[in-house]
Amino acid sequence: MTTTATRPGVGPSGPQRSRAAITAKTLRTDRWWLAPLITFIGLGAWVTYATVRVFMHKWYFVEEFHYLTPFYSPCLTDRCVEGSSLFGTPLPSFWLIPEASFTLPFLLLFRLTCYYYRKAYYRAFWLSPPACAVPDGHEKYSGETRFPLIFQNAHRYAFYAAMIISLINTWDAIIAFRSGDGGFGFGLGNVILVGNVVMLWAYTLSCHSCRHITGGRLKHFSKHPVRYRVWTFVSKLNVRHMQLAWITLGTLALTDFYVMALSAGWFSDLRFIG
Amino acid sequence: MGTKRHFRVWRGDESGGDIQDYDVEVNEGEVVLDIIHRLQATQTPDLACRWNCKAGKCGSCSVEINGKPRLGCMTRMSTFEEDETVTITPLRTFPVIRDLVTDVSFNYEKARETPAFAPPAGVAPGQYRMQQIDVERSQEFRKCIECFLCQNTCHVVRDHEENKEAFSGPRYFIRAAELDMHPLDARDDRKQYAQASQGLGYCNITKCCTEVCPEHIKITDNAIIPMKERVVDRRYDPLVWLGRKIFRRDELESESMAPSVSTGVTGAGDATPFSSARLAEPPPVRDDGKMDVTEVTLPVQGGPSPFGDQEFPLPLDQISYHKPESRD
Ligand code: SF4
Ligand code: SF4
Ligand code: FES
Ligand code: FES
Repeated sequence: MTTTATRPGVGPSGPQRSRAAITAKTLRTDRWWLAPLITFIGLGAWVTYATVRVFMHKWYFVEEFHYLTPFYSPCLTDRCVEGSSLFGTPLPSFWLIPEASFTLPFLLLFRLTCYYYRKAYYRAFWLSPPACAVPDGHEKYSGETRFPLIFQNAHRYAFYAAMIISLINTWDAIIAFRSGDGGFGFGLGNVILVGNVVMLWAYTLSCHSCRHITGGRLKHFSKHPVRYRVWTFVSKLNVRHMQLAWITLGTLALTDFYVMALSAGWFSDLRFIG
Repeated sequence: MGTKRHFRVWRGDESGGDIQDYDVEVNEGEVVLDIIHRLQATQTPDLACRWNCKAGKCGSCSVEINGKPRLGCMTRMSTFEEDETVTITPLRTFPVIRDLVTDVSFNYEKARETPAFAPPAGVAPGQYRMQQIDVERSQEFRKCIECFLCQNTCHVVRDHEENKEAFSGPRYFIRAAELDMHPLDARDDRKQYAQASQGLGYCNITKCCTEVCPEHIKITDNAIIPMKERVVDRRYDPLVWLGRKIFRRDELESESMAPSVSTGVTGAGDATPFSSARLAEPPPVRDDGKMDVTEVTLPVQGGPSPFGDQEFPLPLDQISYHKPESRD
């Protein structure tokens, strides 16, 4: 655009000029409230389901096929059902202590500080802003410059933790290829567990911090051809980060529900082999 | 054959104004800017609007259409229902001058504060060499047409006028990112600058800038978030932070990159007072009270000038802008 010469008396040093007097808070005529509303309901429902499940302390393991729900992995309290704990049981059985006490806080932190979820809940829950060109629901605003929101910058460390947890989930999915008599087995539960793990990896690797660490921080791609290719791959996934964030919420809930249903005996696993 | 459709346009200036109703003809293939021009030509010869290219490339015609910040020349009338009322208002975030024209100097001030490209020592202009894959990230940001729709939409300043001093806005975050990722830019403190002087931390990555950018620049994903991550490298990494506390390097760092203090036009031009010596004169009007729109039917060549017959260059005491000192 062409630049105009600065007129004297205008700008921060000159007298304050006023904005156009438009009384309507927003003149948007489309259904701008729909997207934040869906986010609000979706995230709200998921968090409620997850909280109930985590403090249910039962129906998380199918011993016959070694299906363990990701919400209880790794199982670390004394309450853990025989065979479900791979790392011992260092924690006591107290109802407030989730079975997966060492992983859930990090997973929560990972999702809470995720750049996509930040956008989603700042818009849908904090209304800052609820939608573009719709006024912020708050009088004062300092963004992520101060405590506590400045800690959003710790996302990278939650990402490292999430990588380790994804490895554990992968292992859970691998050892679940088991039949009732201890040999190889394969059922619908395996398809669900593996699908969930694949999606979890896709979500974790599409993280913006991952994109930065693998190659985004470089100034000269030409000097780091391998990292450039990794960055290109992560960037492709990264474009889908929002979709993956929702898909993984879905696969996590589905996996958990399926394991719960089998474990509670509501229906039985569809077996292909064994 | 066109149809009459209903429009609402904000009319007024800094002392106040309101939204007024008009019925205007709309023809196939037209955009909102065409309607504004038809309004000027038929009903409101004094309606002020800013435009230049009518091709989505100059970034002048930014307005808010049905509450959404958009380019008037790139918003097709076919995207609205036949019976839909279209409301056109000026950008909200900047002071209004008149009708649809706002004073966007805020952006030019922020632009001046951003330190310019700094080539490495010993490389003369003309000797710059770089590889495409190194410069491609920066090139995305060069598509910016400076329409300032992103600056206008960003709630940090749109809803909180008091943040204007501390916050440069998405347009200048992409500028900082462009230079920080530039293979030949020799400054390595642009991230500190973005954090300390541009107010990068105010952004809560809600992506409205990306949503409105007519050039489809992925402002948040490709510039703001990478810059935030680069700041984490330098500032929020616990080990780096501890080291800084122990060795007291804070003060050193904050001095390393002060905002540019360029004052813009200086010299003789600076002393030129604001002049509105000539009052605007309306173009000739036909007997039926309407204006001619094409130059074929006009007595003079060229489009009708809102200032009437005019000789160029204007005498110095009649221009309303600074004329910079001549360099020769
Ligand atoms: S993403 Fe950041 S810079 Fe862009 S509009 Fe939102 S708050 Fe403003
Ligand atoms: S980044 Fe996009 S929206 Fe912002 S000024 Fe440039 S072209 Fe306009
Ligand atoms: S997981 Fe969403 S940005 Fe890192
Ligand atoms: S007139 Fe140039 S962008 Fe619309």
